[in-house]
Amino acid sequence: MKTELRLKMLRDMLFARRFEEQCYQDYQVRKIGGFLHLYPGQEACAHGVMAAARPGQDYVITGYRDHVHALVCGVPAKEVMAELYGKATGSSGGFGGSMHIFDAARHFMGGYALVGGPFPLAAGLAMALKMQGKEEIAICFLGDAANNQGTFHETLNMASVWKLPVLFVCENNLYGIGTSIQRSTAELDQWKRAAPYNIPAAWANGQDIEAVHDAATVAVNHVRETRTPYFLELKTYRFRGHSMSDGGAYRTRDEVDEWRKKDPIELLLARMIEAGEVTQEQYEAWDEEIMSEIEDEIVPFAEESPEPDPADLTRYVFVENDPYVHGGPKGGA
Amino acid sequence: MAQMQFWDALRRAYDEEMARDPMVITMGEDVGVAGGTYKATFGLYDTYGEERVIDTPISEGSFMGIATGASMLGVRPVVEIMSVNFAWLAMDQLFNSAAKIRYMSGGQLKCPVVVRSPGGTAHQLAAQHSARMEKVFMGIAGLRVVTPSNPKQAYGMLKAAIRCDDPVFINEHEAMYAMQGEVPDGEYFHPLEGSEVARPGRDITLFGYNISVHWCLAAAEELSKQGIEAEVVDLFALNPLDRAGIKASVSKTHRAIIVEEAEAPVGVGSEVMAIINEECFWQLDAPPARVSAVNTPIPYAANLEKMVIPTSADVVSKVLEVLGRG
Repeated sequence: MKTELRLKMLRDMLFARRFEEQCYQDYQVRKIGGFLHLYPGQEACAHGVMAAARPGQDYVITGYRDHVHALVCGVPAKEVMAELYGKATGSSGGFGGSMHIFDAARHFMGGYALVGGPFPLAAGLAMALKMQGKEEIAICFLGDAANNQGTFHETLNMASVWKLPVLFVCENNLYGIGTSIQRSTAELDQWKRAAPYNIPAAWANGQDIEAVHDAATVAVNHVRETRTPYFLELKTYRFRGHSMSDGGAYRTRDEVDEWRKKDPIELLLARMIEAGEVTQEQYEAWDEEIMSEIEDEIVPFAEESPEPDPADLTRYVFVENDPYVHGGPKGGA
Repeated sequence: MAQMQFWDALRRAYDEEMARDPMVITMGEDVGVAGGTYKATFGLYDTYGEERVIDTPISEGSFMGIATGASMLGVRPVVEIMSVNFAWLAMDQLFNSAAKIRYMSGGQLKCPVVVRSPGGTAHQLAAQHSARMEKVFMGIAGLRVVTPSNPKQAYGMLKAAIRCDDPVFINEHEAMYAMQGEVPDGEYFHPLEGSEVARPGRDITLFGYNISVHWCLAAAEELSKQGIEAEVVDLFALNPLDRAGIKASVSKTHRAIIVEEAEAPVGVGSEVMAIINEECFWQLDAPPARVSAVNTPIPYAANLEKMVIPTSADVVSKVLEVLGRG
């Protein structure tokens, strides 16, 4: 892999880590409301897969742990932060919040709160791309627990029968909210669950971004060239709780500490220092740059942006002035 | 105006819209090769092929979501759910995705997906094939709900729903597909909001929708022989309901009965009564009343099934009661 790409992935993952830590702090002081699901530990998944795809062109959809997927697709960080602050300048205008980041222009088709809900939506995006003869593909990022929903099985079946260009990425972080995969799921290897639907599948170490990138390159190329689905499992771990209200009673401190030794950012940094591609000093300088961007630009933008206009409260329930609601352009018969 | 059966009016709407726009597709159980359970998609598979007339596996919970996802990128899917009882399985994607995506994306995306599905009791289909579920769908912000009472509405509503940029649920009736009626020869788009006066009158308003419009019309005919002129208002749109139309009719007749095939709790009748209270309480000469189904799952035995569902005779009795002539 080229040094240039490794440098970019390292910096982008560090940015995502610092962004999420800022969200954690701002949530503690109640500048961010609702539920908040953070990504630290899993950064190599979104960044590694999208480095093999076409961010901003391929259509990406995911669950509620969605901030970093949005960032990777090119959604400006200040707009994501403004969304968390419930501001009009947010990526969804303040109507969505943390779990519903959207950016249609950058083909980030949303974060969704129903576990397993995005599976069929992703297949639908792929169906549209197929009908319209487009080159892009649909990429669906979800967790391991989503595979226990009916939508997983129904959608993989239809995506296979109808030959839809969709990549399913399973970020297996071993827990469905606060229940271990070992206590909830008969087959621990998630990639094996695609086999009954005749969908090719593979797995990779989700802590190692180069392994993720390599596996994702095969996966993305398969979908783009054959226009048929593929399933990629990434074995990973979240360092923080499921959401901010997670007491952590379901896993031990030792287990979390063990996984923290497999930090995807530390892993890549150590490898690059050893290869002489980056120095600890350069890395720390980046960190300072990133922190000043967050503290001096991103957070102030969110703080100072206006709240949504109360006049817009009901504006997006139905499309405004749709002529077909009132009998067509000529006003009915 | 040509006479046409209800199913054929739907088929004509499909055919015209699919011929016009290659992004219009239909999907559902047996809509293609088998020709459609009630023939609404009859012949379309031969004309438009399997890529646009899509036979689905029996997976309502997910093909509803696939249609929704495709609609986000400009496809215009019409989903047929074979029986409204099966639509419970599709509700997550219909309510949590299709109805909310435009709102929670701050207006960036839209989901112009149409769902057609028949409900109602028809010939001893028993508890799990006889549900009347319009009451559930009509309470969801972001989802338009319409319900045709005749072939003209069926044709014009499907065409308008396909072109409309909002998700639209079309509530049909299993026992109405063979109904004959006049359909305009030229292209026609029926409104997706509002109501229609199906028969003008001065003494009382009978609000019906879908099949119950016909019970109201039969009752009005009978009452007219007794010198009572009932106005029949067809509430063809259930979300949003036509507040202005409800107010206008009740302000004229000063009495109202809502006639519904569904059981009463939390239903169309409840909602129309609430609107009457809010809009024209002081215009009333008598308390509004409802004619509704008995509150049970639908029984199988023919005699019991018949007892559950209201008839035009029940409407006549209720009118006489409200007028103090019972």
